[in-house]
Order: sequence, then structure tokens, then C-alpha cells
Amino acid sequence: MSVRVLVQQAAFDTGAETARLSSLSDHIGGMGLFIGQVRGGDGLLSLTLEHYPGMTETILNQLAQEGMQRFSLLGCTVIHRVGRLKVGEPIVLVGTAAAHRGAALSATSFLIDRLKTGAPFWKKEEFANGHAAWVDAREEDEHAAATWGQMPPSSS
Amino acid sequence: MTGHVNILYFAALREQLGRESQQVPLSANGQSVADLLRVLRQHDAMLDEVFAATPRIRVAVNQKLGGFDTCVQPGDELAFFPPMTGG
Repeated sequence: MSVRVLVQQAAFDTGAETARLSSLSDHIGGMGLFIGQVRGGDGLLSLTLEHYPGMTETILNQLAQEGMQRFSLLGCTVIHRVGRLKVGEPIVLVGTAAAHRGAALSATSFLIDRLKTGAPFWKKEEFANGHAAWVDAREEDEHAAATWGQMPPSSS
Repeated sequence: MTGHVNILYFAALREQLGRESQQVPLSANGQSVADLLRVLRQHDAMLDEVFAATPRIRVAVNQKLGGFDTCVQPGDELAFFPPMTGG
């Protein structure tokens, strides 16, 4: 299967994931990779990621399929972690494989931009002083997602 | 009685309401999400307060993002949540 979508608590193995992608086809000429991690600062200790089980996997699969078609990908992987993640820990991996770099890089941007505002995940920040707060959606993230056009109507 | 729907709450909504789900009876046929929510808020001061204080609440019906004008059927799973912040 050329699309791989996982929602998990455990860390992912970036080396193993890129090796898997690169071995999918002899026609692959380039791969795109994005890894999001917990950014520190202002006394942040950790993020806790909540999700909507079931719907999250469905949306990520739809997004991955859309990316496959739109950019003629030969493979794509989306792995998103949930639970409590400390500063510096990886949160999300988006990997794409295509014949040429343009498609791979664009598809990687497309997938992460759309995922941030379109898949049911929510982040809660926890600070060293004991304060905790849910992260507000950022307008720039919504603009980034919108630059790729509207989500197509669901087929079912 | 025309059946029930199951409602899920996520993230800040879940926390402020102190519940992650509830079963709600449908009082009429052809109710939209907005109709149902109006009735719920009339009978639940806490829900009314939390929803009034939370901007841009999203709804999913049967795990599909939808509008508040979506028609609700018995057995449906509704979910309310704040804007998503993944990645």
C-alpha cells in the first residue's frame, strides 16, 4: 500500500519511514519530508495532543489520497502522535515520494498545511509555572490551508 | 419520542463541561444541529454558558465535518469542538 497513515502515542522511526517510502517504486526520483516537533520557549514544558479517534484516521486518509492524486505521488506517509509530548519531541511526520522534487515538496506542504486545521487534533500547553492552556487556532494556519483550495465534498 | 443521538465534546469544550459525551433524546423529526443545540442550551445552563463563551465551535455529524444546518437522525453521533490545532 502506497499510503501509510498512523495515529499513535509512540515515537516514529524517521529512518525506517523514509527507507520504506524510497523502496516503494523504482520510479521515485525524490522525496519530501516534514517533521513537526514541540517548540520550546516561554517556559513551555510539554504539549498534550487530543484527537477524535476514528474521524482523525478517516480525515488523514482522505487527505493522503487527495495528495496522491493531486501531485501524482508514488507514496506518502502521515504519522501523527497523540498524548503528552515534551519540548523537542517529534509530533508529526509527513513523507512524500514522487518522480520529481517539485511534486514531492509541494505535496509535503499541502499535507501539513491541510492537516493542521483540517484534522481533529487539539493541543494543550503545559508550562513550568503550572499554567496550562489550550492552543488557539492561528489565522495564518487557516490561510495556509486555504491556499490549497477548498476541501472537496466528501464522497460517501 | 423519536430516538436518541450521542454527543461528544473535545478539548476545551470537554474540559469546561466536565463531560466527554452524553445521550440526548430527539424531540422532533427533521431537527437540525442548530435546533437540537437550541433546545439543549435552554435546558442546560452550563452548556449554554460554555457554548456562549467559546468562539467558532465546529460540529461533526457521524465523524464528518458539517454545518449547523445538518439534519440530525436518530442514532447519529454528533461532536462539538473548538477549531483544530494539529501538526
